[in-house]
Amino acid sequence: MIILPLVEPPPIELPELDWLLLGPMALVLGAAVVGVMVEAFAPRSSRRTIQLVLTFGSLIGAFVLVVLAAGSGGPVMASAAVIDGPALFLQGGILLVALLAALTMAERHVDPSGDAFAARASAMPGSEDERQFTARGYLQTEVWPLFLFAVGGMMLFPASNDLLTMFVALEIMSLPLYLLAGMARRRRLLSQESALKYFLLGAFSSAFFLYGAALVYGFAGTVNLGGIADAVTAQPQMSGLLLGGIAMIAVGMLFKVAAVPFHSWAPDVYQGAPTPVTGFMAAGVKVAAFGALLRLMYVAFAGSEWDWRPAFWVIAALTFFVGSIVALVQSDIKRMLAYSSIAHAGFLLLGVIAVTPEGLAATMFYLVTYGLATVGAFGVVMLVRDDTGENTAMENWRGLGRTHPWLAGAFALFLLSFAGIPLTAGFIGKFSVFAAAAAAGEGWLVLLAVLASAIAAFFYIRVVVVMFFSDPVGDGPAVAVPSWFTRTAIAFGAAATLVLGIFPQPVLEWAAQADIFIR
Amino acid sequence: MGTLTILGLVPLIGSIVVAVGAGPSLKRAKQLALLFALITFGVAVYAISQFDRSSTEPFQLVESHQWIPTLGLTYSVGVDGLALVLLFLATLLVPLVVIAGWNDVEDTAELPSSDGQRPGQVRGYFALILLLEAMMIGVFVSLDVFLFYFLFEAILIPVYFMIGRYGTGRRTYAAVKFLIYSLVGGLVMLAALVMLWFTAADVLGSPTLFLPDLIGLPMDAGLENLMFWGFFIAFAIKAPLWPVHTWLPDASGSATPGTAVLLIGVLDKIGTYGMMRLCLPLFPEASQTFAPVIIAISVIGIFYGALAAIGQTDMKRLFGYISLSHFGFITLGIFVFTSQGQVGAGLYMLGHGLSTALLFMVAGYMIMRRKSANVADYGGVVKPAPVLAGMFLIAGLTALALPGMSTFVSEFLVLLGAFTVNPWLGAGATLGIVFAALYVLLLYQRTMTGPETDQVRGMPDLNLRERWVLAPIIGIVVFLGFYPAPVLDVLEPAVANTMEWTGSSDPETELTPVAEGSQP
Repeated sequence: MIILPLVEPPPIELPELDWLLLGPMALVLGAAVVGVMVEAFAPRSSRRTIQLVLTFGSLIGAFVLVVLAAGSGGPVMASAAVIDGPALFLQGGILLVALLAALTMAERHVDPSGDAFAARASAMPGSEDERQFTARGYLQTEVWPLFLFAVGGMMLFPASNDLLTMFVALEIMSLPLYLLAGMARRRRLLSQESALKYFLLGAFSSAFFLYGAALVYGFAGTVNLGGIADAVTAQPQMSGLLLGGIAMIAVGMLFKVAAVPFHSWAPDVYQGAPTPVTGFMAAGVKVAAFGALLRLMYVAFAGSEWDWRPAFWVIAALTFFVGSIVALVQSDIKRMLAYSSIAHAGFLLLGVIAVTPEGLAATMFYLVTYGLATVGAFGVVMLVRDDTGENTAMENWRGLGRTHPWLAGAFALFLLSFAGIPLTAGFIGKFSVFAAAAAAGEGWLVLLAVLASAIAAFFYIRVVVVMFFSDPVGDGPAVAVPSWFTRTAIAFGAAATLVLGIFPQPVLEWAAQADIFIR
Repeated sequence: MGTLTILGLVPLIGSIVVAVGAGPSLKRAKQLALLFALITFGVAVYAISQFDRSSTEPFQLVESHQWIPTLGLTYSVGVDGLALVLLFLATLLVPLVVIAGWNDVEDTAELPSSDGQRPGQVRGYFALILLLEAMMIGVFVSLDVFLFYFLFEAILIPVYFMIGRYGTGRRTYAAVKFLIYSLVGGLVMLAALVMLWFTAADVLGSPTLFLPDLIGLPMDAGLENLMFWGFFIAFAIKAPLWPVHTWLPDASGSATPGTAVLLIGVLDKIGTYGMMRLCLPLFPEASQTFAPVIIAISVIGIFYGALAAIGQTDMKRLFGYISLSHFGFITLGIFVFTSQGQVGAGLYMLGHGLSTALLFMVAGYMIMRRKSANVADYGGVVKPAPVLAGMFLIAGLTALALPGMSTFVSEFLVLLGAFTVNPWLGAGATLGIVFAALYVLLLYQRTMTGPETDQVRGMPDLNLRERWVLAPIIGIVVFLGFYPAPVLDVLEPAVANTMEWTGSSDPETELTPVAEGSQP
């Protein structure tokens, strides 16, 4: 019989929680949990109102907290996450994008039968149930807590300081999005197919990420990003474990940002998902995932940048070329925007490759400008409709500039921003990313990116031609009259695109002050 | 707020007022557009009066503010003689275009358009003209290369809509072609701009694109060559030079006469202006190295444009090709690196702008009367409309650089510059003048003389409004033809600076340089 010595077990140390820094995330995730309770206990008639108050209240509150916290920072939750300059900047960006996306999600006036989501996601498409639920005017208010969970995950993603937290954040962000993608009110089969596709490929890429994290743990003996960085610098020679780990983690991340060759889900999912969700996903996921990718590459793997840089060169070049070239032949607005977002992922990768503070600041600025214009653009897409729902065939957008000059003008502004024409925020973003990459010695890649921009400009211009220089089609789609929700989202996106294109200094300065990751 | 900032703001505010604040009356909108254009011209004249000719400062009326300090970018404006001359051209032509194009939008509605669509709205047309003016002024006064680029690219948007919405014929095709060409050029320039930005950051320690700081910046020869071509290609497309000119005939053929005047008369000068303002001072070595190539391109352009012009059946396309030939003369003058050549090029920009304005306006009047730009539809116009025919002849004579016209002085100076560098070059380029006589006189003969065609019979002559628009332009062209000194005086210091920055000097020659202000 073995007698165990009686030793006092070491006391469990509770990590210090800095509530000011954690506040934004805690508020959003807390509101999401309350939202689930609301679904269970509140009467159906008042759910939408309560959910809207919760959602907008928590998003605005979190944004205020982020602004209050700006300038401070440090590791939180026993170094599982770091709230530093870049994290706060990106969280601010994510919250803004989420606010605009929430405005478009709350829109109930453009579809005569309700909002953009199925009355009952569980009812079989085309069934009698579905018809009845729709006729009764049911709304699936569960979208709001799901949405808030996704926002919370996005906020944690770029702030994660170890690989496991990062994985958890990735899943908190992704799982609600898989669901939301499948809940479109119109063309439900297409929506469900896109959700399944997104889920399967997303799960696959998550597995890659996890496997890579395991390999890196095997190499470094820690999942903490700072610890990994120390291990990388301590062992200068090549390590199969490390390289394999970086490669697999990168695959997981590049899938989320839709970089070639991990992009094939994007067009189908963008097309199938409810349009407000597409806008939210296109903008929010890109900001969050690029934030996390930046932190990984700048903090953990900066020491071996010459091992992963060449692969990233190829991926960046492939991404902006494939995105721009394939977008040329798209005849559907949503698919065109999907390929455009792929091309933008390529341009953003330039900033990741730079691995300089300027590169970080430029990429963050680009992300915010891209995000705001993207939500705005999808907000416009929501409004062009016919009897069966949104009409996204480009030929049916003919003459929109004549019939609805303000709406078409806003859309043209977003497109010009994507194309990087001066007077729009996209130009300043592009210039600063290209300048940072060139200063980091990536001159040739910048030249290629400029070439791809020229190709990309062509398809943005094509849409402008269709809208402004063609006569409206006789019995074409009508433009729904939106409530102030969508109007605000589009107007804010357009105003931000214009103002940041002419007076970008305040935001650029904030990004430049937040250009160092705390390890 | 400095004079130059106000100069840019007036048309910008005017553009907004005309677009949204002019009330329902179209006539009121037009009157407001004219009012703002005239105020702008007044401010420009005031700026010119403030300009000190005896000063040795390279740039005057300078105003500089921080714009995006994070990237080291400033809002800096200032002018030298060359910029001043182009400001005068731009602000003079805009009010005239507004008057000449008073009914353009309504008239164009009756013109055949291949896509058979309604024209755009009157208010938008005049708002775009003023917006374009504001941006052109901005480009000419920019002293920060970033600000220059910013406006250089942004200017595409109003022009694109002016051609695409208000043009005739294959206007959409022409607008898209114009935009794609310009965008490609602009993006090539963006790459060069980025390289310039980090080279400056490298050498000077902090990033900047403030032009006076960048002049004389030491840089790697290979990089300099790359950047030179980046800027030059963009300017060559804008000017345009052979072989990247193919958007020009389409654009000039499809644009309304007013748009064509501004596009070819003023906007395209940004290309040649950019070469003198940016390419030469920033990349002196590369400019000298590649000068033979560019001179060759220019000479090819002179002949290609002239020959193509002879073969055109569409008048507006024909004028496009004439301009191509003239742009060849301008770049020839710039890149022979003599003061005569460059002063000549500067004066040529002014003269060509005025001459183009005359051609498009007179031809525009004729085309609006008979809804056809086809040369074959006209003949014997001189009988029903003698004043129109006379004006047409004068416009043509300015284009062929008859002595007594300002274009003659500039062409003479450019050729003189070419001769002093290489007599064969000068002699070759002079042949271009012969072709110019051919295309102008043939056109006059085919349209104005001979028996009246059915189309022409009973054509009304120019009315008072139309005559008074042409009068000031003709007056200036003739005045400068006999007495070019006022313009040469402001151009010479600017050119002297450019020559100094590029480290070039006039070659020894037996030819005596033209005395200032003498009638050659």
